[in-house]
Amino acid sequence: MSWTRKILRVNLTEGTCTPEPLNMEWAKQYLGQRGLATKYLVEETDPNVDALSPENLFIMATGPLTGTMASTGGRYSVITKSPLTGAIACSNSGGFIGNEFKNAGLDMIIFEGKSPSPVYLYIENDKAELKPADDLWGKSAWEADEMIHAKHQDPNIKIAVVGRPAEEGCLYSAVINDLHRAAGRSGVGTVMASKNLKAVAVRGTLGVGGVDQPQEFFEAVNAGKKVLADNAVTGEGLPAYGTQVLMNVINGVGGLPARNMRDVGFEGAENISAEAMNEPRASDGKPNLTTNGACFGCTIACGRISTVDKTHFSVKDKPQYHGASGGLEYEAAWSLGADTGVDDLDALTYVNFICNEDGLDPISFGCTVAAAMELYEEGQISNDETGGIDLRFGSAEALVACVEAVVSGTDFGKTLGMGSKLLCEKYGKPELSMTVKGQEFPAYDPRGIQGIGLAYATSNRGACHLRGYTIASEILGIPVKTEQADSDGKPELVKAFQDATAVVDSAGLCVFTTFAWGMEDIAPQIDAACEGDWSIDKCLEAGERIWNMERQYNNAAGFTADDDTLPKRLLKEAIKSGPTEGQVSKLGEMLPVYYEVRGWTPQGVPTAETLSRLGLS
Amino acid sequence: MQKSLHLDPAKCTGCLQCEMACSYEKLGEFNPSRSVIKVFTFHEEGRFAPYTCTQCDEAWCLRACPVDAITMDLTSGAKIVIDDKCVGCKVCTISCPFGTVNYVQETGKVAKCDLCGGDPECAKACPTDAITWIDANATGYDRMKAFAEKSLPSANTSA
Repeated sequence: MSWTRKILRVNLTEGTCTPEPLNMEWAKQYLGQRGLATKYLVEETDPNVDALSPENLFIMATGPLTGTMASTGGRYSVITKSPLTGAIACSNSGGFIGNEFKNAGLDMIIFEGKSPSPVYLYIENDKAELKPADDLWGKSAWEADEMIHAKHQDPNIKIAVVGRPAEEGCLYSAVINDLHRAAGRSGVGTVMASKNLKAVAVRGTLGVGGVDQPQEFFEAVNAGKKVLADNAVTGEGLPAYGTQVLMNVINGVGGLPARNMRDVGFEGAENISAEAMNEPRASDGKPNLTTNGACFGCTIACGRISTVDKTHFSVKDKPQYHGASGGLEYEAAWSLGADTGVDDLDALTYVNFICNEDGLDPISFGCTVAAAMELYEEGQISNDETGGIDLRFGSAEALVACVEAVVSGTDFGKTLGMGSKLLCEKYGKPELSMTVKGQEFPAYDPRGIQGIGLAYATSNRGACHLRGYTIASEILGIPVKTEQADSDGKPELVKAFQDATAVVDSAGLCVFTTFAWGMEDIAPQIDAACEGDWSIDKCLEAGERIWNMERQYNNAAGFTADDDTLPKRLLKEAIKSGPTEGQVSKLGEMLPVYYEVRGWTPQGVPTAETLSRLGLS
Repeated sequence: MQKSLHLDPAKCTGCLQCEMACSYEKLGEFNPSRSVIKVFTFHEEGRFAPYTCTQCDEAWCLRACPVDAITMDLTSGAKIVIDDKCVGCKVCTISCPFGTVNYVQETGKVAKCDLCGGDPECAKACPTDAITWIDANATGYDRMKAFAEKSLPSANTSA
């Protein structure tokens, strides 16, 4: 076992914290973290609950490898129903808090109900209590983090916290941990704040033990680390350049969307790339990138630690932003940059800091600004409504003003906080919302790269690259190269990526390992750590089971095959120029095949045979 | 040949593999809070620094201990706490100028790095060579080499 076998159940309405044993029957079916917490959510809630009502559950969960020496074994996830999409939400984060939960003896914390007033949960090993947070309410995530550390006089406490936009109902609020790591997507922070839960602070010193077969475990873990170190992406590319290694690559192959996905190809891509982050700047001779940093237990260390140029307009009079903090990852650089047409690296880095400081998903925020820019340029949004922001594509000043509007809660900031879908509906132009199931796109164009379009359309949490990262195969040739323009074979590829990713997300590992690891590297680590049979086949079967369980939840919540789609722009408007000129998404060809490969009906419902094969009902 | 732990903060990514390896070696569990090598994060500077006992030859802790609970391992040079003798008086924690010997509430004794009997687990676990186990006489050589490189005449100015 590498489960602690213990859950903490927190009833926020009653103000109680009650430990209970982990359901080991479920653990053997759903592994941990994403899979296991979703099982609890499915069993304990009605899929039709209002995501922001006390009836929704909010779960923080680790995996069996969290807190062990398995490389990247420090992850935790937030599982709940999303207020942005109405679908299942599972947002995964690194940093250090996952290990701290595990060292406090907890696999999972389940929050029920809603506190009558703001509280934070404080855990010190076996002791857990809800404490008043009236003084923390209205503070940014960074301020609240500092205040909690000061209250307890313990620098080693790890904290997950929401910022001000979450309190105000911004639908893409993140849960920030360790200052610049985030359970970022699908508005999980909004759910946390809706329960009057400002923060979770934890200190664990109990130790994570009980590895099932220690010798086999260290053999598998050490072999896995060697594979990561020897691989060009995980051993060289990611530590040196981070995920930003992709900016020029994806732009070069005609896969980088720009300006609310109106265009493909961004002329300013080089200015916001990893290479640009390494260039010394004129003012002080320092590059944007200070260093790379690792999350707990990670031997890749892709994290970016950056500074903003002190002379830049965004921070000139704000010395609190002159220090180093979490820098740009590829998705954020794209959404804040290419999608808004802004190629000012310092502006993007500053906005990224603010997204961390106040708990915003930079993908959804950037894409919502991009949609607002298109609405503004089309005359749907007036200058009065923006509060005087000249919201044109390419304006760094507008981007900075927008993030400040969202965190300070101005009227226009609240409008932006609705997300792209509701924003575009409000202005009568729903077709301008670049979303699937209400969630904004990440940084790969489904017209230029076919498989990822199918992955977006069928992702259980709305548009997302992390549910089935076919880019690995379609662009980078991992594990085998497939042609980006082809739709043939993509349904099988998408299913394979989706099932394998569900395993990684449920184990406590980071999906970035899969640039180098296959299931033959991952399964032996799980198998040696955990009791039970975790062969490659059993792992993949668990992954498929998890995928189908999430699908059933969404179907029960009212989603149908009609929701497995892409915006009309991506299905009908051909790419205007560049290496992928003339292409549209061939989703219509791929989707029926995908359903068949999945063992689903043409209406996208798992057949009785599929459910029975996976032990679902 | 005597060897030393060589710590290079510039290479550290803050992953804490060393802390897990250390605690597993001593306790059979992954428990960074009980590791005697510590990685410190300097957030605003974007820096990470591993730190542990440097095994002083004239060790303050060893000299200060009133019950001779700290002894020297003659093969590795490590100063080792003999748990059976330690009375938890904490005088060594006061005497150490570097703070690398500390009291442990869970055991009522002090804990410090003992170099794992001459085969330190932290160095083996470090993925970036920020912690290495090298010739004790040569811990400055990599920095010396870096400066030596700077002193090389550049290729295009050679005669």
